[in-house]
Amino acid sequence: MTFWNNPINFIGNWLTGVLTSWHMPAALATILLYIVGIVVMIIFAMTLDIGLVWVERKVVARFQDRLGPNRIGPFGLIQPVADIIKMVIKEDITPAGADKIVYNIAPVLAATSVILLWAILPLASTIYGVDLNVGLLYIVAAGALGTLAIIMAGWSSNNKYALLGAFRMVSNMISYEIPMVIILLVPTILANTMSVKGITQAQSGMWFAILSPLALLIFLISAIAELGRSPFDLNEAESEIVAGFHIEYTGMKFGWFYAGELLHAFTFGGFMAIFFFGGYGGFFGLEKLGFLTWLNIPFVQALVFIAKAMFGYWVIMWVKYSVPRIRIDHMLAFNWKFLVPLSLVVLVNTAVLNKVLITLPSWLYVLGMFGSNILIGWVTIEILRAYGRKQRKAGEKPISPAQPQEQVA
Amino acid sequence: MTAEQIIFLLTGVLVLGSAFMVVTVRNLLHAALWLVASLFGVAVLYAILQANFLAVVQVVIYIGAIAILFIFAVMLTRRQLLESGRQTRSSWWIPALLGLLILIGLVSLILSVPGLDRTASAMPVGLDTVQALGTALVSPDAYVLPFEVASVLMLAALVGAVYVASVDKK
Amino acid sequence: MSIPLTWYLILAAALFCIGLYGVLSRKNAIAILLGIELMLNAVNINLVAFWRYLNPAQMAGQAFAVIVFAVAAAEVAVGLALIISVYRRRKTVVADEIDLMKW
Repeated sequence: MTFWNNPINFIGNWLTGVLTSWHMPAALATILLYIVGIVVMIIFAMTLDIGLVWVERKVVARFQDRLGPNRIGPFGLIQPVADIIKMVIKEDITPAGADKIVYNIAPVLAATSVILLWAILPLASTIYGVDLNVGLLYIVAAGALGTLAIIMAGWSSNNKYALLGAFRMVSNMISYEIPMVIILLVPTILANTMSVKGITQAQSGMWFAILSPLALLIFLISAIAELGRSPFDLNEAESEIVAGFHIEYTGMKFGWFYAGELLHAFTFGGFMAIFFFGGYGGFFGLEKLGFLTWLNIPFVQALVFIAKAMFGYWVIMWVKYSVPRIRIDHMLAFNWKFLVPLSLVVLVNTAVLNKVLITLPSWLYVLGMFGSNILIGWVTIEILRAYGRKQRKAGEKPISPAQPQEQVA
Repeated sequence: MTAEQIIFLLTGVLVLGSAFMVVTVRNLLHAALWLVASLFGVAVLYAILQANFLAVVQVVIYIGAIAILFIFAVMLTRRQLLESGRQTRSSWWIPALLGLLILIGLVSLILSVPGLDRTASAMPVGLDTVQALGTALVSPDAYVLPFEVASVLMLAALVGAVYVASVDKK
Repeated sequence: MSIPLTWYLILAAALFCIGLYGVLSRKNAIAILLGIELMLNAVNINLVAFWRYLNPAQMAGQAFAVIVFAVAAAEVAVGLALIISVYRRRKTVVADEIDLMKW
């Protein structure tokens, strides 16, 4: 194993050698190295987060046909540093009547639930934290911790707007977890494993985005709902409930919520890349060619992964800044009456076709899976059109000309 | 004291300490949050026992759904903003005594069975616990019947809970 | 694995007894349900510990634990729905005050 092939293990072994040559017991050296590795991963994630603040502000500016920050540093690159300094020097308030301990733990828990996801995110074939064999469910579990943080924040603020915002946000998040879990079973079926690294490796033949585009779409929708971003951002509806569950949070505590939300969006972009676009491997299959095998070096794979995750993050931002907000009852009806049945249909279809078509040659398999998804999509659109037509007809009663009043003789 | 034993003792302190706080704090919402801590400790225990699917499912179901359900129910049934008055019954020493006696009985029972003081049998090599659990839950000569009955139970609970908690429109 | 099985069983027994004390001594109906959750978790710890320590190749322990998860979730859902419904009518969740059917 060289540095270029397997950087983390190489550095780990070298440091273990150094520490044991200083007569440290091996168990203690291992624990110390684990802690160092965790801290390095967290530093990487948070540094990326600072960059994401800049990306977000520039992209939203371009979508809104303006320039975005361009004064501080070239292209406004130092803007996030200015933002952080502003947030850190703000006064740290705890509102009167708030539940102090719960109030202060909530932003930490919200940020922690996102950083926990980076433990299983594989940046390259040999750069990852741990390869759990239940990685998919771990993602859902970390999302559950985030939901808990929101309700803690909303309740402990002693503010009815915060409570309302937290209720709406939490009911949104737990409702949209269901289609997300059902759709996450589709990569599981196609890859035969729940481990994140296994799913990435199973896509070396064909990306799952082509095998199941409907699953990609439903995952995108439920991911945006889980993140609480527009169009599902009932929480930050400034025109409705003033800022939802983080009304009372100022300074760095709000900074934790905000940074956590951005990192969560980027992490979900990363998961979209892993589950549907081939993750770190798969540069359109080019790396199998002879002269491009340098694409298999872990650092290049990490760059490919970050580029794909940025693309996913950009799609999420694109939806956010183009679509108006959806009302809460429409949101929940959309979930329970449309997304859940559709995701169940996609799951059953994938399971059955995977078993039936697996013996056929691979191009027929790909065509069959892709075609079945297009068929389901088309049937769904036809059903929606018929339903919409019926609703329009029921709404448009023919306007009768004003009847002359009956003469009361 | 191996590292595993230290981790087990710390987790045990988390589980039992949080459980004790659940049953003694006055503020019901704090009790629900201490329950979350206790359930998280139980998930860590499952991870130590190498039942990693159960550990993750414990977090998803208990913390992600049941604890949030408890918190919602606490918020929807508050009579006044502050909890006043006693939270435990005036005869609380009877359950405490009962609990203590049952604990002593159970511990002496556990320590008296000779074969229980063992360390773990080896995990079979190459056993994928997730796949084995999945096969066990749906294969006809394993546990498909309890699995299907549990799903019917969940359907009944779903319909029942929605109906019971719905506001009747008079 | 250097942890003897008895440690897990004693931990589960202690959790069960704490839950039992919670169920029997609290007035609020929701607090009683919290105690019941602790007891169900103690049972689950027992099941999984026995699975791991005696015969990890046989999945009966884990399957049973999964069914207990499902039962606990169903019971909490229905129990809390009942408590909310009772609160709407009688404006109380104290278990002692829900006594319309006593003679």
